[in-house]
Amino acid sequence: MSEEYVLEMHDIVKEFPGVRALKGVQLKVRPGTVHTLMGENGAGKSTLMKCLIGIQPVTSGKIIYKGKEVAFKSTQEALDAGISMIHQELSPVLERSVADNVWLGREPKKGLLIDKKKMNDDCRELFARMGLDLDPNEKMKNLTVAKMQMVEIVKAVSYDASIVIMDEPTSALTEAEVADLFKIIADLKAKGVAIIYISHKMDEIFQISDDISVYRDGEFVASDRAENLTQDKLIQLMVGREITDMFPKVPCPIGDVVLKVEHLNAGRLVQDVSFDLRKGEILGFAGLVGAGRTETMEAIFGMRHVTSGKIYKDGQELHIKNPGDAIRNHIGLLTEDRRGNGIVGLLSVKMNSVISKLILGKYGMPLNNKQMIKDTEEYIEKLRTKTASIDTPIANLSGGNQQKVLVGRWLLTDPDILIVDEPTRGIDVGAKSEIHSLLSELAGQGKAIIVISSEMPEVMGVADRIVVMHEGHVSGILDRSEFSQELIMKYATTHEMGKR
Amino acid sequence: MNSNMKKTISDNMIWLILVALIIIMSIARPVFFTVANARTLLTGESIKGILAFGVALAILTKGIDLSIGASAALIACVTGALVQPADLATKVLPGVGPLPAIVVIIIGLLMGAVIGAIMGAIIAYTKMPAFIATLGGQLICRAAAKIFTSRPVSNLSDSYRFLGSGKIGGFPVIILVFVVVFILAWFILNQTRFGKSLYAIGGNDQAARVAGINVEKNLVITYILVGLCAALAGILLAGRAGSADPANSGLNYELDAIAAATVGGTSHTGGICKVTGVLCGILILGVINNGLVLIGVDDNYTNIIKGIIIVAAVALDMRKNTRKA
Repeated sequence: MSEEYVLEMHDIVKEFPGVRALKGVQLKVRPGTVHTLMGENGAGKSTLMKCLIGIQPVTSGKIIYKGKEVAFKSTQEALDAGISMIHQELSPVLERSVADNVWLGREPKKGLLIDKKKMNDDCRELFARMGLDLDPNEKMKNLTVAKMQMVEIVKAVSYDASIVIMDEPTSALTEAEVADLFKIIADLKAKGVAIIYISHKMDEIFQISDDISVYRDGEFVASDRAENLTQDKLIQLMVGREITDMFPKVPCPIGDVVLKVEHLNAGRLVQDVSFDLRKGEILGFAGLVGAGRTETMEAIFGMRHVTSGKIYKDGQELHIKNPGDAIRNHIGLLTEDRRGNGIVGLLSVKMNSVISKLILGKYGMPLNNKQMIKDTEEYIEKLRTKTASIDTPIANLSGGNQQKVLVGRWLLTDPDILIVDEPTRGIDVGAKSEIHSLLSELAGQGKAIIVISSEMPEVMGVADRIVVMHEGHVSGILDRSEFSQELIMKYATTHEMGKR
Repeated sequence: MNSNMKKTISDNMIWLILVALIIIMSIARPVFFTVANARTLLTGESIKGILAFGVALAILTKGIDLSIGASAALIACVTGALVQPADLATKVLPGVGPLPAIVVIIIGLLMGAVIGAIMGAIIAYTKMPAFIATLGGQLICRAAAKIFTSRPVSNLSDSYRFLGSGKIGGFPVIILVFVVVFILAWFILNQTRFGKSLYAIGGNDQAARVAGINVEKNLVITYILVGLCAALAGILLAGRAGSADPANSGLNYELDAIAAATVGGTSHTGGICKVTGVLCGILILGVINNGLVLIGVDDNYTNIIKGIIIVAAVALDMRKNTRKA
């Protein structure tokens, strides 16, 4: 076996019940290089890494690390072998010191006791080596997110790793901190460490990558030296799929502006967001995970504190403090996290259907049970929801049918504006197309609809216009005639392209 | 056995247990199964029962209220002090009152509402576990009662005592009060927007919020209602006994109330509560208390049996609900 590659992954297949997440993909990493993995959300990059470091077992395939076939059963085994990973979601122990966090679970010992001095000294040495100015005794919770990220990196490096995997390490960093990180990466490279780098940011990818591998829908697309690739070429590789499951859009007349959002600010992921929405229009929101689409909608719906900016409905400025206010103003939000903040699993299909209309006080007191049953049954029939009875707990329904109940819930509140966030995530193809046609039908009735979707064919299929977001900013707004996967991906991965 | 019948049995299990207990007690001591004893039993359980309906609301929202026994004692002492005769040598508040019973009862209920509102606001807005907030409330209320008066408050006016020990046509008023609270609780949970909101909050507070429910406001109202139940319990306690004891009135009543709500199927993981179930829980614990006394079982053994029943009830409930989820 040649020593050209420190890591080779061949024909990796990963199956989850009902889904093939990885369909025989490959990855070959050379020592002392930065190897970037690219692909849309759900392309399989993170799953591949989880398979590598033993978080999930592969269904089939071969992993060769330093010339030997391996199959790590836990992250600990991977770490011991010299592969460490910096996860996108940090998990620091906030109440403990920096040093405690770095040495967590492998504290140097003196007899039975932890050797505090050695911990701190080693920590200082590591920090010095990476040019970091940090006190090992500082409590983790006093650090900025960026500093915590740096500590994570120090920790990963401290294992004397041969491969360090970084999953979107710069998403929380400022430009200066990114520069520091890149310096550290250069040092690591010089020492022969291979970096597997996952990122969506084109500019930084071309800045640091030696090799780039592209994945799409669980399949390996291509791998090449960075210098042989261009941004356009990459985007083409990432999105180059056939659009076959597109729902044919039913054109409907578009009326006056119903919702106008001006210079909305609400935290890091909602910065100076402006757009408008018309009666009968379906406005798509595209972008990568973490672009701030969900957060923008939460801000409009009163779930997130708005620091500045204005929201108008039918020309009147709205002051929405909580979802109840939004609903009273005839705005509905079908959230992305159906189990987390959509359904109340214990309650019946009936209660889940009528709860928002009930909150509006439309059933009187004592509650008009007959009307509640009538309303529930009306939407079960209209949306063809499959349920044993209206008294069945909603948790017993399939994802698609739960989603239909929630759609019915919002329709019962008679919304002028319906925001749907990833409405077809995790539901089967049949229910999916039913939801698509329902959205078109609602637009036809004169409702204004916002659809957030990470599935590009979906958003291109149903929308009249698409707002693309990138890191909390609106990076582009496209008319239907301009729709192309390449253009959307370009806006989604690049900061402030400017077309508004 | 077909699945429908199984479901009917499983849904009404606690009523079957109640009937079984009544049969066992009646066989062991025929005097158990008499109208007079039923009246004794209900009179004895009314106060804890009212507390149980109250605390069930808190448990429904995934909360709890440990302060109710102590706040009942505090309110019993304060309201009691307002209805002592003016010429009483041991009067707690010399020169004050006696005030008309109706005024004093309203004062008592207001006190309960304020205590509940404070508890509710702390729980809703600081997101503090209700267990901690109301444990603090319990200590404070009990201590406040003892500071307010070091000795029992006695010689209470007859009009004040009417709710606790009065009779209408030979029927104890306290049982009527209990029945009224039961009906109110049933109405609130089944026929009002507020009640349905509590089920949603207990089941999934994030989803409840998105559905338009003002979670914080509803939690505050919940604890106000619990506080009102505690106030009513305090007034009944003093009225029934004829005096209020700052150290011992209502002592550990919150635990019996929680036990009754729990045995009645109110889930501590939130979102599940049937008022009729709570009523059944109250009756089950009442039958055990009353029946074992009649049989002559030692108090400590009674508590062991109660302990086992509570744990068993929750264990059954957990199994039922995990299967559902």
